[in-house]
Amino acid sequence: MSTSTETLERFANREYEFGFVTDIEQETIPPGLDENTVRLISAKKNEPEWMLEWRLKAFQVWKEMSEPTWAMVKYTPVDYQAITYYAAPKSDDDRPKSLDEVDPELLATYEKLGIPLREQEMLAGVAVDAVFDSVSVATTFKGKLAELGIIFCSMSEAIQEHPELVKQYLGSVVPRRDNFFAALNAAVFSDGSFVYIPKGVRCPMELSTYFRINAMNTGQFERTLIVADEGSYVSYLEGCTAPMRDENQLHAAVVELVALDDAQIKYSTVQNWYPGDKNGKGGIYNFVTKRGLCAGHRSKISWTQVETGSAITWKYPSCILKGDGSVGEFYSVALTNNHQQADTGTKMIHVGRDTSSTIVSKGISAGVGQNTYRGEVKILASAENARNFSQCDSMLLGDRCGAHTFPYIDVQSPTARMEHEATTSKIGEDQIFYCNSRGIETEDAVSMIVNGFCKEVFRELPMEFAVEAQKLLEVSLEGSVG
Amino acid sequence: MLKIENLHVEVEDKAILKGIDLEVKPGEVHAIMGPNGSGKSTLAQVLAGREDYEITKGSVAFGGEDLLDMAPEERAREGLFLAFQYPVEIPGVSNTYFLKAALNAVRKHRGEDEIDAVDFLKLAREKMKLVEMDEKLLGRPVNDGFSGGEKKRNEIFHMAVLDPKVAVLDETDSGLDIDALRIVSDGVNAMRNENRSFVVITHYQRLLDYIVPDVVHVLLDGRIVQTGGKELATELEEKGYSWLENDVAAAATA
Repeated sequence: MSTSTETLERFANREYEFGFVTDIEQETIPPGLDENTVRLISAKKNEPEWMLEWRLKAFQVWKEMSEPTWAMVKYTPVDYQAITYYAAPKSDDDRPKSLDEVDPELLATYEKLGIPLREQEMLAGVAVDAVFDSVSVATTFKGKLAELGIIFCSMSEAIQEHPELVKQYLGSVVPRRDNFFAALNAAVFSDGSFVYIPKGVRCPMELSTYFRINAMNTGQFERTLIVADEGSYVSYLEGCTAPMRDENQLHAAVVELVALDDAQIKYSTVQNWYPGDKNGKGGIYNFVTKRGLCAGHRSKISWTQVETGSAITWKYPSCILKGDGSVGEFYSVALTNNHQQADTGTKMIHVGRDTSSTIVSKGISAGVGQNTYRGEVKILASAENARNFSQCDSMLLGDRCGAHTFPYIDVQSPTARMEHEATTSKIGEDQIFYCNSRGIETEDAVSMIVNGFCKEVFRELPMEFAVEAQKLLEVSLEGSVG
Repeated sequence: MLKIENLHVEVEDKAILKGIDLEVKPGEVHAIMGPNGSGKSTLAQVLAGREDYEITKGSVAFGGEDLLDMAPEERAREGLFLAFQYPVEIPGVSNTYFLKAALNAVRKHRGEDEIDAVDFLKLAREKMKLVEMDEKLLGRPVNDGFSGGEKKRNEIFHMAVLDPKVAVLDETDSGLDIDALRIVSDGVNAMRNENRSFVVITHYQRLLDYIVPDVVHVLLDGRIVQTGGKELATELEEKGYSWLENDVAAAATA
């Protein structure tokens, strides 16, 4: 066996650097899910009656649904009665009025994660909402944004303060009965972020939410809703981490985006949930529904995701291109190492005329990881002159991992133009040797080659996060080579 | 500078090199000629540290150190350079980024400070002129979409930036038209000096019209069967390798 194969085999040695547990007083409800759980969550959050009704309907729907089995992932079934559906830092009883009142332990956690919550230490131009287990603990730069009429707050707060917007848009893109996990989320979602950008406003800073699962046996069900009114623009980033635990933890989020006429939403994700140990024990089940509606003419929604964490990823950020001339984009890097499995991709549904979509997917598999791209491009008869470009590239590190591609295409309009490219490459010993022979170490070579492979996606990320993503990829590849 | 003694190499239990002895002194240019399958490229790859080859016997000393004991990147940092016969493409990684990383790895090893982007660009521009390389190739991904000639020039350009003690050129002339051959050779000649040595591996004599060697070796079936001055190359061109093959066969049966 050659050295590079051998070194690639050493992939198993990576460490997860965000695996610490925060020792904080938690308020949790007992595990299990029935109607009372839903009522209890709603009551904890002091929600209005209409919200409770909405949740209960979702719960009814969920009870009749069964878990999807079509994805190319294998996992021990989730016991939905063994999960705790609500966990909050105890101080939530008496919500902090300012960051000074936030539990210092919690602030220390976010600092450890590199999320500077204190505004004076903030990266210039990034407003952060941080969600710890079930509740949002702090949203920064709120005042400055409010001057422009921008609403950036936790979902709980939006339900209280902006019920008309929430009522109008919640569930409008991902209906409660959309799928098993979406229904579950609708019933028990705890918190998440809410963003509204008024007409003609260009949000002057990146909006960012950081999700953290801390409590044991707790599910995280966040719900994010972003509405960009006519002619507005917003760039939003979410990041996520979790402690190392032997049990699998469930994360079932729903994200809905709505772009009205001439509005643009750029949504970037750097997902680094705990992936489980090298033998595949523990890790997050990441079952997420993300969808954007280009409701208005000439609107644009762009998804960029860097998925390096989670034991199982099941996620298809999609766009419904309803408005004429609307644009959907999906740029994805998914890395599976050790026993990680990812089944991810996108759906582009072309409804309006002159709509166009771009899909660029980069899958990287190492260890015994399994990486699946699953995508659908659907061009309805109404979508005259629709265009799609898809590119799905897979890279294999070592010879025990797998890459799979399932592109579905459904074209009902004769004027559609489709382009599809797909490649699979094995990270070449030739490439590594070439780098070595110029003095570059194998580990650096692999990270260079992988980063080069992902370049088309990284350049879509906001700059400081592109650097983050590159680093993350390096950390995720650490120990794979040497 | 480089001393190869009784080097035996196998690939998948098949003997490829069957006892090579070769000494290259500082400032010398040695040419290794031979037909396809004689083991020329194997020798180049073994010197650079490719792992697919099993060294069953012999030794290689590089500046007094045991070359075979070093990892490929250590060899490079110590000043050994291999210009590839088939330079490898690395999509998405710019030539500048790659070469700067390589140079800094070498500099770090030498105990020098890392070069910054501005100084690197200055150096790169200067060295590109040696091989009349188009500056736009700096920003392009390493060898990706380069023509055959551009790839070979890029190798010599890398060599010029990394400033090695010993450069092994593996069939750098293959795939080059006569103009490119002259340009690449001029680049190599400009780098010749009393400290730097070259091992030029080639199938054809024509490269040696431009890069004039001090010593010519003929490699046949894993052995150096003839060593001489530059006139040996001309003789080979006239008589072909069969001339020596017959000799070898005769020697074997004698």
